Amino acid sequence: MTRPPRALVLGGLLVLVLALAVLSLQAGRVWVPFAAWTDQADPRWSIIFDLRLPRTLLAVLVGAALGMSGAAMQGYTRNPLADPGALGVSAMAAFGAVLTLYFGAGAQQPWVIATAAMAGAFIAVLLLLALSGASSSIVTFVLAGVILQTLAGAGVALALSLAPNPWAVSEIVNWLMGSLADRSAPEVQLAAPFILAGCGLLLLTGRGLDALMIGETGARSLGVNLAAVRWLMAVGVALATGASVAVTGVVGFVGLIVPHLLRPLVGARPGALLIPSAAGGAVLVLAADIAVRLTPSAAEVKLGVAMAALGGPFFFALLLSMRRRIA
Amino acid sequence: MSRLSAQGLRVRLGARQVLQGLDAAFEAGQVTAILGPNGAGKSTLLACLAGLRRPDAGAVRLDDQDILALAPRARARRVGFLPQTPEIAWAVEARILVGLGRTPFIGARGLSQEDAQAIERAMASANVTALADRDVTTLSGGERARVLIARALAGDPAWLLADEPLTGLDPGHQLDAADLFRRLAHEEGRGVIVTLHDLSLAARLADRILLMVDGEVLANGPPAEALTPAVLASAYGVDARVEPGRDGLLIDILGRAR
Repeated sequence: MTRPPRALVLGGLLVLVLALAVLSLQAGRVWVPFAAWTDQADPRWSIIFDLRLPRTLLAVLVGAALGMSGAAMQGYTRNPLADPGALGVSAMAAFGAVLTLYFGAGAQQPWVIATAAMAGAFIAVLLLLALSGASSSIVTFVLAGVILQTLAGAGVALALSLAPNPWAVSEIVNWLMGSLADRSAPEVQLAAPFILAGCGLLLLTGRGLDALMIGETGARSLGVNLAAVRWLMAVGVALATGASVAVTGVVGFVGLIVPHLLRPLVGARPGALLIPSAAGGAVLVLAADIAVRLTPSAAEVKLGVAMAALGGPFFFALLLSMRRRIA
Repeated sequence: MSRLSAQGLRVRLGARQVLQGLDAAFEAGQVTAILGPNGAGKSTLLACLAGLRRPDAGAVRLDDQDILALAPRARARRVGFLPQTPEIAWAVEARILVGLGRTPFIGARGLSQEDAQAIERAMASANVTALADRDVTTLSGGERARVLIARALAGDPAWLLADEPLTGLDPGHQLDAADLFRRLAHEEGRGVIVTLHDLSLAARLADRILLMVDGEVLANGPPAEALTPAVLASAYGVDARVEPGRDGLLIDILGRAR
């Protein structure tokens, strides 16, 4: 198996993140040339630094969080279909957030939404681990994900049907679809610490995830503390995914697509995939967010919808290629 | 010489008493084969010996220290373990899989020069150097078995415990793997303990046989002493003929004992 040197791949991903971040600041209804970047008197300066910079930063943070969460979940479960979106973690985070929106507490205090979303994500990861038990069978995992997805969906539907007024319904629905539009600096400040902390915890799982490739007994025989790996993974995914969902709503498939695309480039060792998947997630979300902004439509296409449109067929293709292994 | 011993091991799984106060001692430099009918408790004993299962009563001592009192990493450096039905979840190169054996040594900095040398030594020892860059999921059963043995050797453990390592290999590759285990014990001074089902293979491979029935030791000694027709009749309920063969014993199962 020949593949490019790791430093080259990481460097390339970093250059892509920077290039797309710059493009993301420039692109939109108003195309802002570089000349306006340094001139604070120019009205477009404000477009870049007050409106677009938070959106760009969030795209990087959320992409990194979802990409790394996906890579960690795949490594832990030894299952290439694992993803916070596909297995219902994001949906449970959204359910947690919707509860606070429904009761009105979330509208006043953004940190309440964030806490509820992270709690929802944490419960989801724990339920996933409990429902699938000791087996790493793909079938039990995906079924556990389906159950979570269904439960969260039912909860959200219940909240919607019981919503006190149409305004609350539209607020919830809008937010559920996942978007980076109209986000501002406070949202970045809210999500960034949790996403960074979550990614930090996930990075600590690298060796354990590597050892898990020979199964749980094999990993234990190598001196790996499986309980520690499990908790780091669960809390890390909950913080990173929960905080992301709290500020952007549900953006699925990032954690599914990115590790899969990167495996041929950096190898399949789960620990080696964590950092590249964070960078790759940032690239994917930045690119998708630029694409929805540039799409000529009356209202902006929601990022979550665009990712689902991209991710659905991808998921389908992945499933087809894995069919023999699952059966 | 390193020594591994079990004293009064009792393990209950659900309603079944799997090990009933089992005593056994193992010496380094020898290959011991643990034999016994299905459900005799071979795998459970091996997991206890590797420090991976806590017995309900009794203790496993590694050089007169309770193995469960060792820190997991310290234990992992001294006792290598090959699980039954090895799972390899990802399509990685053989060298990376073998490198997992260095997990109990790796610090925050990643693989050191010393780790890299140990990996190369382990691959040479298990005769898989030529496979180093191959994707492990594309290897044949025999190749994969040797790579997994190299993985356990990469940590340079004094003890190598393997749960049915020869199952699923053709006769030629079974002999190759058996020779490898003998070399690891006789030339490198490691203690090797394997569980097996094939009696003739066990007789050829092992210096000592530990034959278990219902969680107790039925016979314990060199193959010629442990594997007698009377013992086999009592352990497996079969009539067998035991004769000296070219390398060890020829054990011919004639049929169910009448």
